[in-house]
Amino acid sequence: MNSLPRIRLEKRLDTPRWLGVATPVFSVLAALLVIAVIFRLLGVNPLVAYGRIFTGAFGSLYGLSETVTKAIPLMLAGVGLAVAFRARVYNIGAEGQLLIGAVCATGVALFVPGIPDPLRLPAMFVAGALGGALWALVPAVLKARLRIDEVLTSLMTVYIASELVNHLVYGPWKGAAEWGFPYTDKFPLAAQIPRIGITRIHYPTLILALLAAVLADILVQRTRWGFEIRVTGENPEAARYAGMNYLRTAMLVMALSGALAGIAGVGEVAGIHYRLRYPQGISPGYGFTAIIVAWLARLNPLGVILTALLIGGLLVGGDAIQLAMGLPSATVYLFNGMILLFVLGGDLFTRYRIRVELPGRAVATPVRLEREEVG
Amino acid sequence: MSIWAYIFSVLQAAIPAGTPLLYGTLGEVTAERSGVVNLGVEGMMIMGAVTAFGVAQATGNAFLAIAAAALVGGLFALIHAFASITLRVNQVVSGLALTMLGQGISGMIGKRFIGMPPRVQLKAVPIPGLSDLPVLGPLLFQHDLLVYVGLLMVPVLWFIFYRTRWGINLRSVGESPATADAMGVNVFQVRYLAVFFGGLMAGIGGAYLSIVYAPAWIEGMTAGIGWIVIALTIFAMWDPVRGLLGAYLFGSVRVLQYRLQALGISPPLLNMLPFILTILVLMFSAGEVMRKRLGAPAALMQPYTREER
Repeated sequence: MNSLPRIRLEKRLDTPRWLGVATPVFSVLAALLVIAVIFRLLGVNPLVAYGRIFTGAFGSLYGLSETVTKAIPLMLAGVGLAVAFRARVYNIGAEGQLLIGAVCATGVALFVPGIPDPLRLPAMFVAGALGGALWALVPAVLKARLRIDEVLTSLMTVYIASELVNHLVYGPWKGAAEWGFPYTDKFPLAAQIPRIGITRIHYPTLILALLAAVLADILVQRTRWGFEIRVTGENPEAARYAGMNYLRTAMLVMALSGALAGIAGVGEVAGIHYRLRYPQGISPGYGFTAIIVAWLARLNPLGVILTALLIGGLLVGGDAIQLAMGLPSATVYLFNGMILLFVLGGDLFTRYRIRVELPGRAVATPVRLEREEVG
Repeated sequence: MSIWAYIFSVLQAAIPAGTPLLYGTLGEVTAERSGVVNLGVEGMMIMGAVTAFGVAQATGNAFLAIAAAALVGGLFALIHAFASITLRVNQVVSGLALTMLGQGISGMIGKRFIGMPPRVQLKAVPIPGLSDLPVLGPLLFQHDLLVYVGLLMVPVLWFIFYRTRWGINLRSVGESPATADAMGVNVFQVRYLAVFFGGLMAGIGGAYLSIVYAPAWIEGMTAGIGWIVIALTIFAMWDPVRGLLGAYLFGSVRVLQYRLQALGISPPLLNMLPFILTILVLMFSAGEVMRKRLGAPAALMQPYTREER
């Protein structure tokens, strides 16, 4: 194998600031390039498609308002996941926690009498956050008690939540006035989140999302608990030696990310649809897309604000090309998967320096004595 | 119908229902034995399903369709292999990305197949002699070819794992890559091959869904089967024989899911069954892992690098 150039990876000691910004940008561009090739192979003109995505998402006031609307759930769920992933707790179940948040809000909106009107919405938000947090605690407790990996269990709870919503809207909660559609009855006015003008931007939820991002950033950067999250994520061994309780941290970040996803679900039913509907009607996979939003922001809660808007735009643009070019709804998953893959690969450049060793030449790698932890 | 006859009929139907799970699980067991978790099973399976259906429609040849599905599954797995073995990225997220990618690409390719009647069917091939056995005959030996191949793979893989040089290499790479490396085993090659094999098997599992079990193309038709495979791999304790039991157990649940609908139980509640059972199975396995001190391959999810030992 001596005739081939060898690629070696060297660990970086620290990441230059510009690189931390440049790599996600280039990763997304590279992903878009590969998707363009796939579009071409499948007989879709990528230039036309991308043009429509861009104008669909950012080319009009309507498009922009829709982009912000779709960024709300992504931001909420994405902030929670960014914190959880920081601690290396892989909550993959945000989609289910979002749906449970929607179910709890619907319950409070339609079936709990006696709440004064001004308190109706706050009660729904609290119920949604609690529901999402409790739902997320199922995999968290299983992890803490039985050491069961949270990836699988949190994912299983998505399927269970989704079938629960189906059961409710086709069965006991099916609305009397909904002409046989799998919807609940419409929420009363007091249970509807106000919007900005004629847009669908339910701004109280947006404010909550922005607030969540700022608070999460303070939490991670400036509090003792945030310090534990970071140490646990970066060096679990050291965290254990320092007497930090990993399982408690895991439970807390799971509950936090579940609560935020639950709030996202409240926003969708009370701010957009004003009713509980079949699961795909409430969320076209916001909980999964939020994983990309978090990763693209390099798990930085403030960065999530930006990436949520970007991916929100992609969703809006994706809807536009689906309608205009007859593409299936699964197209969005292609974007999701490819971008995630490239962002992940791109992270390499921030963690390692890449050296190409040409054959037949002695390589003068500067000798650097570094003690490195295997990450 | 007596209760025994009913149980028998459920088990008989459970074997084809569990076959896609069996293929997926045997593949994932192999990949994880080498130390690589591939959460992209759902994506590789659905790519296999769409490939098999497409090739079957174009050629009318079921075997070509299965081979193509296996190949596409394997190639798809190589994306994860490159990301996790060579680039050493986070295996959880990389596998997740693979699943999304598979759902997206299969949805786009498959749009033209929606609603098409299938061109090929894999007929049941009763095995002469064995199929006439009482009870066992109709239970095991009156199925299609892929069921037999899947069954046969179990002892074959068991033999490879525990009785051959390859098996020792595979397991040592999963337990302690540094030691294996020192003994002259090519860690990277073994891991690439194991992940590729996992993709082949997931591809065949997907093919079984789209051209044998429910011959049609439906977007997202794997519907979580790939994720159940990941859980079954743990339930199986990375052992092919237990993988077989788990696959057929979930096959039975799938069969019951349809039969219980006749009793008037809400279908969404029944659809929860396999996922609730998955969590129960994980809880059960966790207890057993603790009791017997059995465990995952020690180097599971750990990328290997020569420089950073």
